[in-house]
Amino acid sequence: MGLRKYIDKIKPNFENGGKFAKFHSTFEAFETFLYTPNRVTVKGAHIRDAVDMKRNMIYVLIALIPCFLFGTWNIGYQHFLSFGESVTFWQIIGYGLLKIIPLYLVSYVVGLVIEFTFAEIRHEEVNEGYFVTGFLIPLIMPVDVPLWMLALAVAFAVIIGKEVFGGSGMNVVNPALLARAFLFFSYPSKMTGDNVWIAEKADAYSGATPLGTIFNGGTVNDLPSVTEMIIGTIPGSVGETSKIAILIGGIFLIITGIASLRIIISTFIGAIAMSLLISDIPFYFHLIMGGFMFGTFFMATDPVTAAQTNIGKWIYGFLIGAVAILIRVANPGYPEGMMLAILLLNVFAPLIDWCVVAINKRKRKKRWATAERSAK
Amino acid sequence: MDKIKIRKGLDIRLAGAPSKQLERFEPTSCAIKPTDFIGVLPKLHVEEGDDVKAGSVLFHDKNNEQIVFTSPVSGKVKSIVRGEKRAILEVIVENDGKNESIDFGASDTFQETSLQQIRNEIIDKMLRSGVWPMLRQRPFATIANPNDRPKHIFVSMFDTAPLAPDNDYIIENQYDALNTGINVLSKLTDGNVFINVSSNSTTCTDAMKSIDGHVNNVIVTEFSGPHPAGDVGTQINAISPINKGETLWYCSPQDVITIGKLFLTGKYDSTRIIAMTGSGVKKPHYYQTRIGADLTPILNIDENTRVISGNVLTGTNITGDKYLCFHDTQVTVIPEGNEYRLFGWLAPNFKRYTSTNTMFSSLFKKKTYDFDTNTNGDTRPYIMTGQFERVFPFDIYPMQLIKACLAKDIDEMEELGIYEVDAEDFALCEVIDPSKTPIQQIIREGLEFIRKETK
Repeated sequence: MGLRKYIDKIKPNFENGGKFAKFHSTFEAFETFLYTPNRVTVKGAHIRDAVDMKRNMIYVLIALIPCFLFGTWNIGYQHFLSFGESVTFWQIIGYGLLKIIPLYLVSYVVGLVIEFTFAEIRHEEVNEGYFVTGFLIPLIMPVDVPLWMLALAVAFAVIIGKEVFGGSGMNVVNPALLARAFLFFSYPSKMTGDNVWIAEKADAYSGATPLGTIFNGGTVNDLPSVTEMIIGTIPGSVGETSKIAILIGGIFLIITGIASLRIIISTFIGAIAMSLLISDIPFYFHLIMGGFMFGTFFMATDPVTAAQTNIGKWIYGFLIGAVAILIRVANPGYPEGMMLAILLLNVFAPLIDWCVVAINKRKRKKRWATAERSAK
Repeated sequence: MDKIKIRKGLDIRLAGAPSKQLERFEPTSCAIKPTDFIGVLPKLHVEEGDDVKAGSVLFHDKNNEQIVFTSPVSGKVKSIVRGEKRAILEVIVENDGKNESIDFGASDTFQETSLQQIRNEIIDKMLRSGVWPMLRQRPFATIANPNDRPKHIFVSMFDTAPLAPDNDYIIENQYDALNTGINVLSKLTDGNVFINVSSNSTTCTDAMKSIDGHVNNVIVTEFSGPHPAGDVGTQINAISPINKGETLWYCSPQDVITIGKLFLTGKYDSTRIIAMTGSGVKKPHYYQTRIGADLTPILNIDENTRVISGNVLTGTNITGDKYLCFHDTQVTVIPEGNEYRLFGWLAPNFKRYTSTNTMFSSLFKKKTYDFDTNTNGDTRPYIMTGQFERVFPFDIYPMQLIKACLAKDIDEMEELGIYEVDAEDFALCEVIDPSKTPIQQIIREGLEFIRKETK
């Protein structure tokens, strides 16, 4: 094949001593993107499963596509709705794309430049992790977030959240959520309130999200209908509004085994239990309001930052659900609690695992002691 | 008889299972490779051109001079192959076909009065004849130390690895020697000899049931479930997990037969029945050959294939001279996978095997899969979690233990259960690992680190 020959021809330039040796990681990233390498097993087992990290990562991306598509449409829909204009489907999509493409450009350009630079400095291969993070970040932002803020948030999340720990697989908190949290606390006026969720909305139109309505003392009757909240024709972060889109992606991740079903189920249990306990509104509203579903399927399940043991995953998920609702109901500062709940449990996940593993260790030590006693 | 069901694991179905047809193959030469044994430092007893008989000492282990390695056939020492720093890699003996053997004295009844004397007699004969290295120990998978008194001895009568030989077929007609061997082993431990049989096999299971209870300390247990149910490591963990400071011995059924024959005939009989398997073999079937046989004449293989002594999970890639490794009863030949595949990570993939649900091949399951040796991806940090737990039937946290081995943290390794496992127990984890890390090597290095630190 011609392409393969061309790659083999230019390859020596990027190897040690070549003209562009500095760009070795970059070259390798593009080469392995095009071709699965010809590497064979050397030690240990002679065969390997066909699955690799690239495929796992790309599947998360695929799972996010329904959310991306609906989000794009909803940006346009909400905008024209606020003016009361009736426009064609393609005008809505066109407006949505006009808004979302810049977000993606900024997210990927800033994030990938940092990733590739760090890979070159470390002489490591470029990891696929950022393709997922970079796709998630615009989906969890208010659509009107200024691009320079987004750039700053991405840089902060990738450098402080990931690279300082050693890159993909070593980070403590979810980098996409860290980007959101960074903006949330640095520029709260652009991240909360009723005016940020609809792109260039008409001033007179209320842009409150369901969570915002409840937070400001509204009741269930002030909310959009349950159907609207499930379909997603409501204001909110780009990707979080349509529960149907989230479920399509979420079920895909569960079937392919990439997202942990344990975490998803236990998060729902935690949220339902806590809302039954302390919330005034019916529990199912909590499940379809705000970022709960999106966070559960796509954020809490991030394998790097979640608990790693199977028992730990149950505890971790349950606490995310419970804490998220606790923050929503009891905290006077801001309406949504999912982001903070996940970040908090990201930090506690290693502790949960440590306790779970400690039980296993103690069992072993006890067995040793018994064996020693009976030997005497 | 106890029955134990192994619930976690994975049966990987490769193409090229052996048909039940036995062919005799007397090799022109045999090699004993010190590299087949962990931690052995060879000291030669022979030179090139020396005449040897089956059972003549070729070299001994400098770490334990009692342990000698003997020639599997009679003939001449053809060559001594050395590698880096003159390390001995192979001692090759040309087979004269006469099969003359040193007589170590037949006696399967023991006259001595005390158990200790019987034990000493057995150990002495096994050491002198060179069958002793067939006994290995856990932890560390090194050759058993004759001065130890093992807690138990384990023999797995069946093999669940991909394309594994059928021991029912191999042992056929050799039950006398097998029973003698088991009887001999039972004298070497104050604990039990655990004979583990498969719930699927009939002749072997029945034969073993009949000795259950006849010899005092022999216990037969029936196992069912997917691979690694047939691995001795899995069985040890299900029956008597190793505690710190304990030692268990284990050995394969054909080794027990060789030991049995030594006591029945007084001769070291190096006969091995091996299964020639894999998609790279034209007609996969069984051969009756010898330990360390030169397989070249029966390997009618294509270019760009890999010859593995053992199975695809734990076997040794035999490059250059194709000599069977000491402990192996199987040879697997599969194509090398050194080819690029355009967008291989994205392709829907109807053919390549995956244990996950990420490809079309998992929707349309095939009876057998053609494997090659491609890694199907690059090495990455550990990102996915909960994968290993699907195929790892131990009460151990695999990822945590792997990381402790990488960190060379002995306390952590001990607490997480390193003594209960060996590298081969992690073979399935290594196969399904999406991060493509050399897990068996990591565990082996962790074990070797402990072995050397605590010596």
